[in-house]
Amino acid sequence: MIDSLNHLPRPSADNATLAERFSDLAPPLNARQAALESARCLYCYDAPCVNACPSEIDIPAFIRNIHHDNVQGAAETILSANILGGSCARVCPTEVLCQQACVRNHHQECAPVLIGLLQRYALDHADFDTHPFQRAPVTGKRVAVVGAGPAGLSCAHRLAWHGHDVVIFEARPKAGGLNEYGIATYKLVDDFAQRELAFVLQIGGIEIRHGQVLGDNLSLSDLRQQFDAVFLALGLNASRQLGLVNEAAPGVLAATDYIRELRQAEDLSQLPLADRCIVLGAGNTAIDMAVQMARLGAREVNLVYRRGYPDMGATTHEQDIAKANQVRLLTWAQPEEVLLDAQGRVRGMRFARTHLHEGHLQPTGEFFELAADAIFKAIGQTFDEHALSDASGQLLARDGDRIRVDEQMRTSLPGVYAGGDCTQLGQDLTVQAVQHGKLAAQAIHAQLMTNVEAA
Amino acid sequence: MADLSIEFAGIKAPNPFWLASAPPTDKAYNVVRAFEAGWGGVVWKTLGEDPAAVNVSSRYSAHYGANREVIGINNIELITDRSLEINLREITQVKKDWPDRALIVSLMVPCVEASWKAILPLVEATGADGIELNFGCPHGMPERGMGAAVGQVPEYVEQVTRWCKTHSKLPVIVKLTPNITDIRQSARAAYRGGADAVSLINTINSITSVDLERMVALPIVGNQSTHGGYCGSAVKPIALNMVAEIARDPATHGLPISGIGGIGSWRDAAEFIALGCGSVQVCTAAMLHGFRIVEAMKDGLSRWMDSQGYQTLRDFSGRAVGHTTDWKYLDINYQVIARIDQQACIGCGRCHIACEDTSHQAIVSQKQADGTHRYEVIDAECVGCNLCQITCPVQDCIEMVAQDNGKPFLDWQHDPRNPYHVVP
Repeated sequence: MIDSLNHLPRPSADNATLAERFSDLAPPLNARQAALESARCLYCYDAPCVNACPSEIDIPAFIRNIHHDNVQGAAETILSANILGGSCARVCPTEVLCQQACVRNHHQECAPVLIGLLQRYALDHADFDTHPFQRAPVTGKRVAVVGAGPAGLSCAHRLAWHGHDVVIFEARPKAGGLNEYGIATYKLVDDFAQRELAFVLQIGGIEIRHGQVLGDNLSLSDLRQQFDAVFLALGLNASRQLGLVNEAAPGVLAATDYIRELRQAEDLSQLPLADRCIVLGAGNTAIDMAVQMARLGAREVNLVYRRGYPDMGATTHEQDIAKANQVRLLTWAQPEEVLLDAQGRVRGMRFARTHLHEGHLQPTGEFFELAADAIFKAIGQTFDEHALSDASGQLLARDGDRIRVDEQMRTSLPGVYAGGDCTQLGQDLTVQAVQHGKLAAQAIHAQLMTNVEAA
Repeated sequence: MADLSIEFAGIKAPNPFWLASAPPTDKAYNVVRAFEAGWGGVVWKTLGEDPAAVNVSSRYSAHYGANREVIGINNIELITDRSLEINLREITQVKKDWPDRALIVSLMVPCVEASWKAILPLVEATGADGIELNFGCPHGMPERGMGAAVGQVPEYVEQVTRWCKTHSKLPVIVKLTPNITDIRQSARAAYRGGADAVSLINTINSITSVDLERMVALPIVGNQSTHGGYCGSAVKPIALNMVAEIARDPATHGLPISGIGGIGSWRDAAEFIALGCGSVQVCTAAMLHGFRIVEAMKDGLSRWMDSQGYQTLRDFSGRAVGHTTDWKYLDINYQVIARIDQQACIGCGRCHIACEDTSHQAIVSQKQADGTHRYEVIDAECVGCNLCQITCPVQDCIEMVAQDNGKPFLDWQHDPRNPYHVVP
């Protein structure tokens, strides 16, 4: 996958040193810290933090439980709304969700309650030898879920909880989706995605089949025939292209491809390292890419964005992480040309400076060059059209490249639901995907049970 | 700077902050440290007849707030467990070394005249400034017919006080127990017996918590526990009320009061003094933070007095007593309405849910376009109960605004809605 970087050197540090650099970015709270922090929660009514949480976790209730020494109760409160509460606690941009809404973030107050860390504390310290939720009697209904990412797992769990049998079709060798392949290593340490997966599957009634690629060895038409309902949680599997010549040259790579490799690497010291690199983009993936490259030992990491800081998809918290890792953030510059050396490999990039002219982004006519051994593209993901190439797939109504759904996550095809990044609804966040999966499961359950009653 | 010195029941002290009879005043070492830190006086931990009392282990337990701050302490410690002779010797030396500080000796001996007659001259010989009669200890000692067992029977209070006045020239301060129904009965008894002053409150019968693993209350002694005496900031409201009850009782008019109960700051002290106290006694706050707290208490009190134009404690002592009355004399026509400062409001919704669920449905929650809420008082529904202001986490965000409703002063005695109202 990252063959195009094979000509690059390897990090000088050994694996143990590198692993240290990829340990927990935000270390967990200890018991005393959790007690102090939970005491800061004002137990708001109709709480702004809950309204800001896409998965509608009853935050004041779980924090009060932590404070009252009922960690198990806190954990179950979280999980009943969000079965992937553990990964959400780690990867959610809380600074623009619950913690932004926290009333203690008001200008008259000091700082928001550390909701994400408290959520992690509750889930880390609860005892789940047995699964907290009991499956309803088996209904005999079977649902196909395509994609074992956060949306798919959330949907499958909720369906299994209701007594339905679920088969998840997953293309990759491991389940977990972006939690396994796409999130920066230091945000989900200690194989957390797989541990959380095992917990989710504890409920029973969920089978995962790997190597199943929709549009390849799997078709939507077949799934519709074989199952009582289908949930599509396909994600966005294609990386946006720059549309420049030389884009396929050695040294140019999609950031997601590199991150996937990094996440699966047994030995970090064997990864190709660009001593000087350019990351294109301004979202959290761009930040993750830049920071990880810096931590592997790159001397110069430039993150280049065609607009200004306020337009960046990455939160200020993420931008701060980048700056703290000596990543240089360059704004108002767009890629103009991939520069190659005599061997046809990347040696740098030429940029056109940009500005806003009457509300439109335009080149100023000035140019500059940055030397680099690698260029990582993190300019967004798009839907992989191949997945919906069969007859049924072609019928699905779309919003742009995404699958159109209503508020119950129903697509235009009866019995077919969709959620997560492959739909347009809400934000492209793990927590949003979990909520989609949950809502879809509720809708599927209602539909299946209505049919039972009618029959 | 304001003059903090006092003369209380004939006892002089450079400031009104005394350490109450308790572990901090158990021996010379502690008392000297307290005087070095600046305390105006101490009440030496209660002396009794030999053989000295024997204490158990453990002895204290606490009631905690949300951040593990101590709201109150419960103790099952008895009076001094050192011999009378050692205590008297130390008292003599300390008083000699610190002549300007008030040194009062707390006493508890059996309810027999001979016992009191025997100990009083010994105490007088130390040079101590006065005695305080411990009629309040609620644990252990009452089982032996002392402490609260005396304080709970007004006749005993009067009798023992009289014995002390008969057999000693020292000023007698009677320390009252709050474990009764009407504190005025005890104060009146002390007054009849000739007491020079009363001090209150002693500790309140309490169990702070239960160890749910071992199924035993705290503090644990072996596999058992017993009730103790509760003190600390939690008891301040109870103490203030009892002080006020005595201060405004015509039967004990002019009887000096030494205020005790949850005093930890200059403001607490000022409140006790405003309700009629001439000195204040501190224990729990010192036990939690050390003797150094007196510095801030003196500094704060004196700065506040300066800001108010009070030169001595007499200038404001008892100022709040006249405004403390019976319910039936309150103005039924007075009306306040809550007003929320929308700039200060952080949107927690606590005022709304408190009023909605448990009071008068007078605060409406309005969802805003950006998902936040705005909380507005419905003036017509607000009865002015203060609950919203109490639950609001932001100080001064909710103000209770007095309404000019044009109605005259009217108390329940004269209110026509009262079937027994006084017809003019």
